[in-house]
Amino acid sequence: MFISNSIEKFGEYLCLMGRVMSVPERWRMFFKQYVKEMVALGVDSIGIVLLISFFIGAVICIQIKLNIASPWMPAFTTGYTTREIMLLEFSSSIMCLILAGKVGSNIASEIGTMRVTQQIDALEIMGINSASFIILPKILGLVTMIPMLVIFSIVFGFVGAYATALAGVITVDDLTLGLQHDFVPWYVWASIIKSLVFAFIISSVSSFHGYNVEGGSFDVGKASTNAVVSSSMLILFADIFLTQLLS
Amino acid sequence: MIELKDLHKSFGGREVLKGINAQFEDGKTNLIIGQSGSGKTVLMKNIVGLFTPEKGQILYDGRDFVQMTQKERVMLRREMGMIFQAAALFDSMSVLENVMFPLDMFSDMNLTDRIKRAKFCLERVNLKGAEDKFPGEISGGMQKRVAIARAIALNPKYLFCDEPNSGLDPKTSLVIDELIHGITEEYNMTTIINTHDMNSVMGIGEHIIYIYEGELEWVGTKDEVMSSTNERLTSFIFASDMLRKVRDANK
Repeated sequence: MFISNSIEKFGEYLCLMGRVMSVPERWRMFFKQYVKEMVALGVDSIGIVLLISFFIGAVICIQIKLNIASPWMPAFTTGYTTREIMLLEFSSSIMCLILAGKVGSNIASEIGTMRVTQQIDALEIMGINSASFIILPKILGLVTMIPMLVIFSIVFGFVGAYATALAGVITVDDLTLGLQHDFVPWYVWASIIKSLVFAFIISSVSSFHGYNVEGGSFDVGKASTNAVVSSSMLILFADIFLTQLLS
Repeated sequence: MIELKDLHKSFGGREVLKGINAQFEDGKTNLIIGQSGSGKTVLMKNIVGLFTPEKGQILYDGRDFVQMTQKERVMLRREMGMIFQAAALFDSMSVLENVMFPLDMFSDMNLTDRIKRAKFCLERVNLKGAEDKFPGEISGGMQKRVAIARAIALNPKYLFCDEPNSGLDPKTSLVIDELIHGITEEYNMTTIINTHDMNSVMGIGEHIIYIYEGELEWVGTKDEVMSSTNERLTSFIFASDMLRKVRDANK
């Protein structure tokens, strides 16, 4: 039952994506929507990304310093580990899980409300491909903005780590040495590539849940929750494959 | 003219439309009336293509909507305007942007002309000065008028209204009815209104079809409603105490 349901849902998702991936009817309107979504989904998420990344960067730095302090460990270990955690997992995967909560629920509830208030029907009556008109700018908007969010997250994680250095947890020199030690630039690219996939998952899966709402406000809430849960699960599964693939 | 021929629609084995045949003429305000659950909303959704009937034809000036390709349907839909029960305005757009939306999507006018046309439509529905407001900031009656302005922006040949008076006070309902009726005559549109508001029936019902449990029960005009001997229609119409008194007084 669960498997057949999942296959059916996946089929519906593919059909919806087939409708979404079509050439916009009016490029002028598409770009207007696209810019609007970049602001709503990307720019408006900068604050939370910076805040969380700053504190997580600081906390990782403190935890590493406290828990692996040993005369056998080089002094730069704390900075080195902080950098690797931020680059390899936090700024791409964990940040996208956080964004699945913020952006995913926003997308699902917005589209779900459009469905129950007949705004989507109004678009269809006008002869507009509502799926493409509403969802495509959201997917492209988030996919465009996510690399910027990843970079901001990495940088602010390091800023958080430096804040602990200023508070005396570690010396600035040791931290800087650790952050620079054995740096592999590919990790930044791998992080960005992972986040692009996660951005697609968040925006498309949340749109799918919102677009297929039937009923009223209760169902919109349910769709919003389902969007966050499904997106988060898929991000975690995709993370395993992508980590293996990109490392 | 819109013609329906032997229209059938079922949901999960339950037949909601049982072979509807009807004609809706140009330049007239056509009303579909019936009790809640009688199938009138399903009928309307079939006519505009939100549902696909299992059997039957929907002819728009002889063109069968059911048999059309997706592209042909899209082209035909540009000749349609629709006013939804809840107005269905885009809440992220201002009133002016809502009315300009069909023009932005489908017309080749420049920006100045699009704004001019949208303002003209808003003036036509007596909403001058509300251009910069958002749907959440205006009353239900005003929202319906914005929906009418949006529906007529592209000069449609066919206008559909799904319970346009739902949730409005009687006075505002009359204003909306008169507006729809006036616009229908002015633009010689084929207008179909789905309603169970008796004021609309008696006010603007030039051609009325009564649906009972998915079947066409009665066809006539507002003048014929009062004298009808159809039991199902009279029990529906005169469920309103006021109308019963009017009928008894006339007798």
